[in-house]
Amino acid sequence: MALAKRIIPCLDVDNGRVVKGVQFVDIRDAGDPVEVAKRYNEAGADEITFLDITATHQDRGTTVATVEKIASEVFIPLTVGGGIRTLDDIRSMLNAGADKVSINSAAVYNPEFVREASEKFGAQCIVVAIDAKKVSAQDEPDRWEIFTHGGRKPTGIDALEWAKKMVEYGAGEILLTSMDRDGTKDGFDLGVTRAISDAVEVPVIASGGVGNLDHLVDGVKKGKADAVLAASIFHFGEYTISQAKAHMAEQGIEVR
Amino acid sequence: MTQQTIAVVDYGMGNLHSVASALEHAAPDVNVVITDSAHDIERADRIVFPGVGAVRDCMAAIRAHQFDQLMSRQIELGKPVLGICVGMQVLLEHSEENNGIECMGLLPGKVKFFGKGLRDEQDNHLKVPHMGWNEVHQTQHPLWNGIEDGARFYFVHSYYVEAANSEQIAGVCEYSERFVAALGDKNLFAVQFHPEKSHDAGIQLLRNFSVWTGNA
Repeated sequence: MALAKRIIPCLDVDNGRVVKGVQFVDIRDAGDPVEVAKRYNEAGADEITFLDITATHQDRGTTVATVEKIASEVFIPLTVGGGIRTLDDIRSMLNAGADKVSINSAAVYNPEFVREASEKFGAQCIVVAIDAKKVSAQDEPDRWEIFTHGGRKPTGIDALEWAKKMVEYGAGEILLTSMDRDGTKDGFDLGVTRAISDAVEVPVIASGGVGNLDHLVDGVKKGKADAVLAASIFHFGEYTISQAKAHMAEQGIEVR
Repeated sequence: MTQQTIAVVDYGMGNLHSVASALEHAAPDVNVVITDSAHDIERADRIVFPGVGAVRDCMAAIRAHQFDQLMSRQIELGKPVLGICVGMQVLLEHSEENNGIECMGLLPGKVKFFGKGLRDEQDNHLKVPHMGWNEVHQTQHPLWNGIEDGARFYFVHSYYVEAANSEQIAGVCEYSERFVAALGDKNLFAVQFHPEKSHDAGIQLLRNFSVWTGNA
């Protein structure tokens, strides 16, 4: 009897539509985030992460409406990230029915924002998203830095130190994405996942690079992640959530 | 038969729409109201008492609304009440959170911190908050009807209830040690997990609550 490791499908949503494509065999309109979320819910996903990549602030109203719709039909935890910059942004997402919000660049620009958000809404709903990239040379000890703007902009901030600081400031969970691995299907960066998971008290979600089910197992067993996040392997029907869970269970991982 | 009403008590701590929409989904015939009105709460057939965030803020808000007296009265009247998460913790006598907070004292026992650096038997690091799906082992109670013993529910908390009266323990969970996942005392039931986020098992528990007469 133990806490299950979580499998979290991630939806990238632009102006109310799922982008990057989601192809379920028997759904015609797989671009509707509500339909996609319901599908993953029924398939046994442990949580859903909704990443809002809507470019303009004006279109955020669509996101709020979509989150409301998902939350009224899907009874598992929902995290919303992307463009969370103010306490009002957090309030509107939580009021729409999100259980957690994920803060990324706004934390880098103003770490105090995380402290304020956590004090105001509680650490349980504040996820800090960290985009990390390996910066050490081959003959050096491993070192990772935080990048913003989808991995394009270096910040000079050490990822491990940053994760510890964010937890001290009140993050209740860390969503760690390897920018070296994101989209590669080569598997998680297990080094940074393990280093951060060992260093902080709060749960760590591994993200970036999943190409097969062994990668999910490695994320938990070698990376010591508490949850694994993936998009494309599920979206394109390469694997179902239940296949992923069955595979993890075979490898001795506790799943729901 | 007149339509039954469930009041979801709103004392300003967090969003209650998830709880309300899960109740509506579980019991479509029931009128679900999110309310901070004593009148609405007194008139309702059943009461859901939720809570999120820090216990200090929750207790301050509860006292500011005088909901401590109101809830105590409603429970004495025999009305079915369901406490959820911090809404369970505040029913006890005392919490270690925020350097120690006196709570409502409607159930004997206290609320304790999991601690740091927890390990399981395989020496894996157990993170706090305890976040995710864990197994709940049930005792006999009508709110578990139709839910398999050991079914998983969604938890997110760093503090847990230590009941003083073991007869009130209605469900246990394990995270480095066994802790109380559910308490039942006559017409009062309280859960540490979030039924509104616990998929089918959670919806079934809410459905059971929606028809519960308050008899254990």
